[in-house]
Amino acid sequence: MIIHHPILGPRDAQEFVYLGDATLIDRPDGMNAGTEAFHDYAYNRDNPAGEHRELWYHEQGDRSWLVVTRNTVTHEITKVELARDVARAKGRSK
Amino acid sequence: MNQSHRIPGGQIDRTKVLRFTLDGVPYWGHPGDTLASALLANGVRLMGRSFKYHRPRGPLSAGSEEPNALVELRSGGRQEPNTRATVAELLDGLEAKSQNRWPSLRFDALAINDRLNAFFAAGFYYKTFMWPKSFWEKLYEPIIRRAAGLGSVSRQEDPDGYDKGFLHCDLLVIGAGPAGLMAALTAGRAGARVIVADEDFAFGGRLNAESFAVAGGAGADWSAGVVAELATLPNVRLMARTTVLGAFDHGIYSAVERVSDHVAVPAVGKPRQVLWRIYSGRAILAGGATERPIAFENNDRPGIMLAGALRAYANRWGVAVGERVAVFVNNDDGLRTASDLQAKGVDVVAVIDSREGGELLPGIRHLRGAEVIDTSGRLGLKAITVRQSDGRTEEIRVDALGVSGGWNPNVNIHSHHRSRPVWDNTISAFVPGADGPPGLLVAGAAAGVMSTHGALRTGRDAALAALESLGRKAAAIDLPEAEDAPVRITPLWHVAHGKGRAWIDQQNDVTVKDIKLAQQENFTSVEHLKRYTTLGMATDQGKTGNVIGLAVMAELTGRTIPETGTTIYRPPYTPVAMGALAGRSRGREFKPYRLTPSHHWAAEQGAVFVEVGNWLRTQWVPRADETEWRQSVDREVLATRRSVGICDVTTLGKIDIQGTDAGAFLDRVYANTFSTLPVGKCRYGLMLREDGIVFDDGTTARMGEHEYVMTTTTANAVTVFRHLEFCRQCLWPDLDVQLISTTEAWAQFSVAGPNARRLLAKIVDQDISDAAFPYMGAGNVTVCGGLRARLFRISFSGELAFEIAVPTRYGDALLREMLARGAEFDPVVYGTEALGVMRIEKGHVAGGELNGQSTALNMGLGKMVSRKKDSIGMVLSQREGLTDPDGYRLVGVKPVDPLGKLTAGSHFLEIGAASVVANDGGWLTSKVYSPHIGSDIALGYLKAGDRKIGSRMRAVNLVGGTDTEIEIVSPHFFDPDGERLRG
Repeated sequence: MIIHHPILGPRDAQEFVYLGDATLIDRPDGMNAGTEAFHDYAYNRDNPAGEHRELWYHEQGDRSWLVVTRNTVTHEITKVELARDVARAKGRSK
Repeated sequence: MNQSHRIPGGQIDRTKVLRFTLDGVPYWGHPGDTLASALLANGVRLMGRSFKYHRPRGPLSAGSEEPNALVELRSGGRQEPNTRATVAELLDGLEAKSQNRWPSLRFDALAINDRLNAFFAAGFYYKTFMWPKSFWEKLYEPIIRRAAGLGSVSRQEDPDGYDKGFLHCDLLVIGAGPAGLMAALTAGRAGARVIVADEDFAFGGRLNAESFAVAGGAGADWSAGVVAELATLPNVRLMARTTVLGAFDHGIYSAVERVSDHVAVPAVGKPRQVLWRIYSGRAILAGGATERPIAFENNDRPGIMLAGALRAYANRWGVAVGERVAVFVNNDDGLRTASDLQAKGVDVVAVIDSREGGELLPGIRHLRGAEVIDTSGRLGLKAITVRQSDGRTEEIRVDALGVSGGWNPNVNIHSHHRSRPVWDNTISAFVPGADGPPGLLVAGAAAGVMSTHGALRTGRDAALAALESLGRKAAAIDLPEAEDAPVRITPLWHVAHGKGRAWIDQQNDVTVKDIKLAQQENFTSVEHLKRYTTLGMATDQGKTGNVIGLAVMAELTGRTIPETGTTIYRPPYTPVAMGALAGRSRGREFKPYRLTPSHHWAAEQGAVFVEVGNWLRTQWVPRADETEWRQSVDREVLATRRSVGICDVTTLGKIDIQGTDAGAFLDRVYANTFSTLPVGKCRYGLMLREDGIVFDDGTTARMGEHEYVMTTTTANAVTVFRHLEFCRQCLWPDLDVQLISTTEAWAQFSVAGPNARRLLAKIVDQDISDAAFPYMGAGNVTVCGGLRARLFRISFSGELAFEIAVPTRYGDALLREMLARGAEFDPVVYGTEALGVMRIEKGHVAGGELNGQSTALNMGLGKMVSRKKDSIGMVLSQREGLTDPDGYRLVGVKPVDPLGKLTAGSHFLEIGAASVVANDGGWLTSKVYSPHIGSDIALGYLKAGDRKIGSRMRAVNLVGGTDTEIEIVSPHFFDPDGERLRG
């Protein structure tokens, strides 16, 4: 696979490490959310046949975490974003 | 032997002679020959035995689809089994051996299987070897394993090198027949970066095997002209002997180039083969088509081959396979074999045409509406029995028979993304379907366009379309004149007459009867049919047999062929040597390895090294009088505890963490608190995963107001850094914190023991007294008169200890300097074994305890998890299941008898309890011999272990057969109050 890195352009997927569902960005606040919320966050995932937003880490590159929108059926990649931008857009900050 | 069957013509160099042997018998051929063409030229038709029935076999084809003519090539470490003689390039001195026969190819004892064929039908294994159950392991499996397989491996090291390489192009052209060459020429002239790959050693594809003209001359001459032009274009890379194996995502293709298979020994520095990964903008599959036979009784004798192969041997290699030849066809293309052979002066005895209205050839006996219903000749074809349209049968004496059942487009590569090929009634074959790999176009026979003109046209047009979609312009080249014959075929899959076996998959001995049996037993789906009968599961993957097999199944079930469907096509297109897949990753180079800064010093001392991740670490450093590893390790431990020891700890991960929010960041990634750590101090940190399990541990020092240095375990250096980046970028993107791994930048040594400070005082330029540099102190210093260094007063051994770091390139010098300047203390360099002994004596957790299943509570570190702040894993670490008061707790273990032996992995059992899972109390995680205690000691996880200190139990290892009475003790065997490390 080839991932079009938003900063570095097309890169071979071998340079990346895959983590999984991009919902891992949505970590609850540990001082307010309880075990239930963290259980969902840590363990529950959708498993779509189709479009999937997922986290990839450019370990053999610039160390960016990316959110890659990939079709799990065709492996077509339709969007690649910096995870930091996605996190900020979701309202995450400090 | 002379070349009895060589006839004039062909693309071989008759001025040179190549000598070779098959089973020790000498033969000769010419450059341009394959092993099969040379053997056929020498009158040898018998080349192998079939897999199951050990039937005598000769080549069926003249290409990579070959099911029968499999041989072992070469000898010693270069021996290579299951090589197709039809594509093996002849070379001088080649040694070939036939396979799957004993004692000889002509007389094979296991040919008895052929007589017993009634017992060996499809499903034979599933039905026969089921009972008695106990016979499987002792009797059936060993027998089957001995009988199974075709060739043999030498079990010697392959002396040749294999490489991997990466290529980029605008257009990859797969196959260099008329379609591929026309595509390459169109794109090449337009300046696109083109790669042309063909499995053959000669470009041209079928043009080399056919007699018809292209552009008014021989087809092979036209292709030679195109190749000559392509060779002059700097933007075109021609790759002969290169098989494209598979289509992967986003325009990536894999290919294997047989760089040196055609020479006896690779040239110095050259690999035997290269596995290429080709990144393409667009690709064109121009892989041609493969002829399929017709199934009839005893259709597998040497001398019976595909009609297209028969004329390929005549036209390309100047070989007449037989002296009296017949051709059995259901389509016009097979008739070309008859006319080509006749033109070469071969006696074409008859054309048996299953159709009523096929074209007549002048001067050849043409039997319309006829079928071949049987053959004879034990080791090679002697005669065929023909059933004529009026029902009369006739035996015709022939020594070669060409069979043509039509041509199957090579759709494989196009189907690698699960695109299903679709049935085309006009050519009675599957053609590429929709939804092929994006960016892959198909041209020529692979697309079902079977004429030469059609191939040239679709090749050109595919290149134009590919370039246009890449935004490039190209000029349409005028098409050379070429034949444009339509496909005329009336399908005939198998001959109904005859009671015997009619072969479909020759390599795996699958016959029409087996398909019938599968249908009777309701294995009618193609995927079931494949697995039940093994149709298409041999090394040729059913390139010649699959479509016939499913056509027969369609007939039996009353479905159409498209309704019956095909099995899934998967890479690789043809078999690949394991060496090519491994590339350079073998032996010592299986993976990269990293050397510590003290490696050269240690190697000079004869140290023993151990692999820790990618690192090679010093395990112990034996002295001349030491014969047992324990002598070295015990000495290193005792010397360290008595005076001073030095250990290279560079492999621990080091991460510089800087920024105004660095402290806050550490508070969130560590379970304990770091923002309150004073500058110039360090603290032990415990890192959890989000699920509450311990991830890693290490010491982190605060070097400045906004500057920390984290250490990780050697094993997790990479994953901790990845995790920290995840936290920084994905969870808290606006924290002002920057990270960089400095593991490679600093050489770090632990200096431990009562004389550690005295030794280091001779190295460090500053005051390092207890007052100036107290326990858990950290700071920047200089050494040896000005070299920048970092000093940490931390201890893993329980001794007064420091870790000192200098820029990596000074690591070797620092070690030598410490040993020289500290000589009066008789310092010892200790390895990972002594390190392990001392950390277990001290009760520190490491790999065996940090096992990915254990919590801080399990380790006795539950209080470290602060609940006053949010941190990764804090919430889930408090789950009910992880806070069980009766759960595992870290304990120390000593044998009651000091001579008693402990084994890591042993399980805790109460005295008198039966050794069953229900009584399991936990397990020993790490064990060493402690010279300090004078016995084996261990750490372990014991249920409610914190309440069992002082009690006696057993450590039982059923695998090792040990059962030792033990005492449960505190994990801190040595200096439990920490007086020494604060000294």
